[in-house]
Amino acid sequence: MPEYQNIFTRVQVAAPHYPGVPHNPRGVWVRGVKASANYWLGKIGDAQVGPFYLGSTGVASILCFIIAFEIVGLNMLASVNWNPLQFIRQLFWLALEPPAPQYGLRLPPLSQGGWHLMAGFFLTMSVLLWWVRTYNLARKLKLGTHTAWAFASAIFLFLVLGFIRPVLMGSWSEAVPYGIFAHLDWTAAFSLRYGNLLYNPFHALSIVFLYGSVLLFAMHAGTIMAVSRYGGEREVEQVLDRGTASERAALFWRWTMGFNATMESVHRWAWWFAVLCTLTGGIGILLTGTVVDDWYLWAVKHGVAPSYPTTFEPMPDPALTSGVAQ
Amino acid sequence: MKMHIRLMAALIAFGVLAGCGERPPIETEQLGYRGTGMEQNRNPRLLQKVVAANQIGNIQPPADSSGPLAKDIYQNVQVLSDLSIGEFTRVMLSMTEWVAPAEEKNCTYCHNAENYADEGKYTYQVARSMLKMTREINSEWKEHVKDTGVTCHTCHRGGPVPSYVWFTDPGAGRENAFVGTRAGQNSAVTGLGITTIGHSSLPYDPYSAYLLGDSPIRVQGDTALPTGNRSSIKQAEWTYSLMVHMSNSLGVNCTYCHNTRAWSDWEQSRPQRTVAWYGIRMARSLNNSYMVPLTEVFPAHRKGPLGDVAKVNCETCHQGAYKPYFGQSMAKAYPELQGTKPVVTEPAMAPAESTDGATAASTKPVVAALTQPLSSGGGR
Repeated sequence: MPEYQNIFTRVQVAAPHYPGVPHNPRGVWVRGVKASANYWLGKIGDAQVGPFYLGSTGVASILCFIIAFEIVGLNMLASVNWNPLQFIRQLFWLALEPPAPQYGLRLPPLSQGGWHLMAGFFLTMSVLLWWVRTYNLARKLKLGTHTAWAFASAIFLFLVLGFIRPVLMGSWSEAVPYGIFAHLDWTAAFSLRYGNLLYNPFHALSIVFLYGSVLLFAMHAGTIMAVSRYGGEREVEQVLDRGTASERAALFWRWTMGFNATMESVHRWAWWFAVLCTLTGGIGILLTGTVVDDWYLWAVKHGVAPSYPTTFEPMPDPALTSGVAQ
Repeated sequence: MKMHIRLMAALIAFGVLAGCGERPPIETEQLGYRGTGMEQNRNPRLLQKVVAANQIGNIQPPADSSGPLAKDIYQNVQVLSDLSIGEFTRVMLSMTEWVAPAEEKNCTYCHNAENYADEGKYTYQVARSMLKMTREINSEWKEHVKDTGVTCHTCHRGGPVPSYVWFTDPGAGRENAFVGTRAGQNSAVTGLGITTIGHSSLPYDPYSAYLLGDSPIRVQGDTALPTGNRSSIKQAEWTYSLMVHMSNSLGVNCTYCHNTRAWSDWEQSRPQRTVAWYGIRMARSLNNSYMVPLTEVFPAHRKGPLGDVAKVNCETCHQGAYKPYFGQSMAKAYPELQGTKPVVTEPAMAPAESTDGATAASTKPVVAALTQPLSSGGGR
């Protein structure tokens, strides 16, 4: 009997390609591109590749992404004087930087941050178009639109960082640079500027949902793989019967913590944790600088941050006590 | 097959760890209340090298201060005019050992062998200015150097040019390019070909902004809710860059001075932060009062790519130690360099306007623009 293994699928099913379900009143969706099979993809998933439906939003999204990617990449390459070796060597450091504060919300020259705005515009269009595509595909398959809305939560955070918050602050310079180390340095600087983001309760919530998602993912994936020897991944058939993989999995968690999610509810848990991670994170960023200027002082004000005994004698601010200019 | 995977995983893990560059052990010293993360990390193996590189220079036997004044014996003694002939000779001998010890250098590195009072050599003029600077540091900057003080050796360590000086970074020559401007950051190596601040992509020339110019360093506000603090995130990156420079120069963590829960709060900062605060002002003052005015004196080969003079930052003296020589004082053995009284008036060394010109040229527009706050009219 064919058997599924935990990491790599050892047995691959070879069957006629499955064209998909009818998705519009005119009948079966006839696709121009034939499907094929890939052995290596079959190792980690379904061996069948395609048919692939790109559609107009997909094409437009990919085009926008390529434009944004090229703007960022070519600016990085130009910043090392078009030297491909230096481009590879310094790739982690290179970045496309947003405009200087002096430009506010005006359009700066291309070289002074204009490219950043342009890359941001096309990247945003690309992401939004891909969202439309995700939504449309779900509707065409007569599915719920849960994936699209989960994606929308991530897009919300993305928009807050690069568009909504900079507009509220009145300066494009507040946006995140496009670069590997650069965006990490930006993150650190963001926390430094606004008095320690760790005291931002929405940051804390976001971390709860981030780590919570990881925990749930490990619990769920572990459970399903553990009962795969009883065919546990074929969930629906098992819900009603006794002694099945499903019931053993449920029993395992009841023995462990007295409560178990169901085959259905565990996915709601996972969906909400994932969605709330970026949603609360986005709210936390949105409030920073616009509503709260210093999260540490905010936490002190609301009794969140405790005070500790000092073990050394602090000195007053020398800018206030000396004649030397700051 | 499984063995192969494990071996591969082990190799990858090793590679990743090796890339981090610092092999254990790491020792931790607690500096504040328990649980607050106020601690210093140091690696005794690496610290050993820093200690070896930070040994004090030779100290000449004390000189008799009762003899006739050097200025009455020698011609053209302007700075050390209050020293006896014995003290004066002691300082000259020590300077030779500390700055130009090699045989072909020695006294004639600065002096004209035919006439020791001749001001012809540029090194003579620089040395005179540096002596004034040393005395000013030891008398006017006690908030920073305390009673430990400095000598020529604190920076020079046996070489005519201190190992750690800085020039204004020329950038990659792309400041006004159509594409690929760096905005003073985002580079693995600076325009001077040196490694950037802490290997980060932070702005790589915080010195021009803060140790020559006086761009605002403080970015955090003092109220929970917005009440007019318009510091930008870019400003925070520049400040961060300066702070990482200080951390690197002193071989210390952020928590050597700051409580990282509230960086700006002086109430929770260690007293070392106050010393460092004066250090920033001292470096800025020395650069503007002593180094920049020497711009016309130095020959071209001693200058940076933009024609600016070598300048000091924290590393110039500290060289990886939290206190130069880990707190050992050479200056205490040199009352000659304490210079508590003002000496003769400044001889015309460089035209006054060159000071302003050099400062303005060094604080490039890109730096000036990026270290400024958001415009106050921003809507929120």
